[in-house]
Amino acid sequence: MEDFGSSALRKLIDEFSDAVQLTHADHGDATALVDPARIEDVMRFLRDEADFDMLMDVTAVDYLGQTPRFEMVYHLYATGPNQRLRIKARVAEETPEIASVVPLYASADWMEREVFDLYGIRFDGHPDLRRILLYEEFEGYPLRKDYPKERRQPLVGPRN
Amino acid sequence: MDRTQARKPRHIVEPTEAQRQRVKEMPARAVEYLRQGGDSFLATRADALVNWSRKYSMFLYPFVTACCGMEFMSVAGPRYDLDRFGCALPRFSPRQADLLMVVGTITHRNAPILKKVYDQMAEPKWVMAFGACTCSGGPYNNYATVQGIDTIVPVDIYIPGCPPRPEAVMEGLMKLQARIQAEKVPADGRHKESVDSAYPVIEKPIA
Ligand code: SF4
Repeated sequence: MEDFGSSALRKLIDEFSDAVQLTHADHGDATALVDPARIEDVMRFLRDEADFDMLMDVTAVDYLGQTPRFEMVYHLYATGPNQRLRIKARVAEETPEIASVVPLYASADWMEREVFDLYGIRFDGHPDLRRILLYEEFEGYPLRKDYPKERRQPLVGPRN
Repeated sequence: MDRTQARKPRHIVEPTEAQRQRVKEMPARAVEYLRQGGDSFLATRADALVNWSRKYSMFLYPFVTACCGMEFMSVAGPRYDLDRFGCALPRFSPRQADLLMVVGTITHRNAPILKKVYDQMAEPKWVMAFGACTCSGGPYNNYATVQGIDTIVPVDIYIPGCPPRPEAVMEGLMKLQARIQAEKVPADGRHKESVDSAYPVIEKPIA
C-alpha cells in the first residue's frame, strides 16, 4: 500500500532529529516543520537520499501577530515512488531571510522571486533576486497582511 | 416635391442653410452635366462619405490580456464574423490600426504599454473597452489592477460583461459605427488632447 510520504517523513526524522520541529501526516498530507537554518541540508537530503526529485511549489504564509511571523512552504514530489511531502520553516519578521534552494532545484528560481516580490522574504544565495510580477517602482510587499488594502501605486493615471 | 428633403439619409446631421442652398441649386447643374454627355452622378457630403468609408473599414488592434480573449476569439471567428461589419482584419502594428480593442484585465504594470500602443496609433482612432475589467476593473479592486482603462486612455465605447457575449460586442461595434458616422471630418481633435498632460508616464524601459 502506498504510504503517502510518511516513510519519507520517518527517514527525515531519523536523519534530522535536531532540525525537525513538528510533523504530521493526516490523510496523506505529510508535513514537516523544520529549522530554517537547516533548510538547505534538509532539502539536499530529501533530493539525494529520499527520491524527491521535483520541487512543485515554493510559497509563503504571513501569520501576522505570531512569532516568527512568516512561514515558508515547499512542496516536494517524488516522481518514482509517487510521494508528496510538504516542508515548512518559520521566518522571523525582523530578519526575513532564508537560504535559497535554487542550487538544489532550478525550479525554485522564479518561485522564490515571487515570494520575495509579494512577501519581502530574502533568499540567501539566490542568483537573481528581483521583483518578478510587480514593477521596480512598487514599494512594499502587497501580500503581507499589513499592506494597506486601499494602497495603489499606478505607473500611469490617477492614484485610484 | 423637393427630392432632397424626401431622400435625406437618416444618420446625417442637419445641413446648414448655405448647404441647403447649394443642394437646391444642384438640379440645374445636374441637368447641365447630363446635357454635356455625363450619364450619372451622386451628390453627397464629404463628411458622410468619409465617415461611411471609415466606419466600414476599421482595422482593429487586439490588446488581449486575459480571459475576455476567449470571447474575443469567438466574436472574431467565423461564427459571429466581425467581417460583416468591416472590422475583421487585426493589425498587430498600432500604426496601421484604427480601433484599439482592449480585451481583458489591465494591471498597473501593463498600463504604460497600453498607453504606448495608444499613442502610436495614427488619427483617426477609437478605443473599445471590452469587458468589465477594462470598464471598471471588474471583479478586481486591488494593488495590481487598473480601475478602468479610461484612467489611462480616452474610451469611445464600453462593453460590460464578464466576459461580454459576442452579441454585446457586435451591438457595441454598431453603436460605435453610428457614432463615427456622425463625427466631423477632419476629426474634432478629441484624441489629440492626449491624457499625457494630465497623467505623465513614468519614463522607464520596460524590462
Ligand atoms: S471582464 Fe471577466 S472575463 Fe473579462 S478579463 Fe475581466 S475577469 Fe476576465
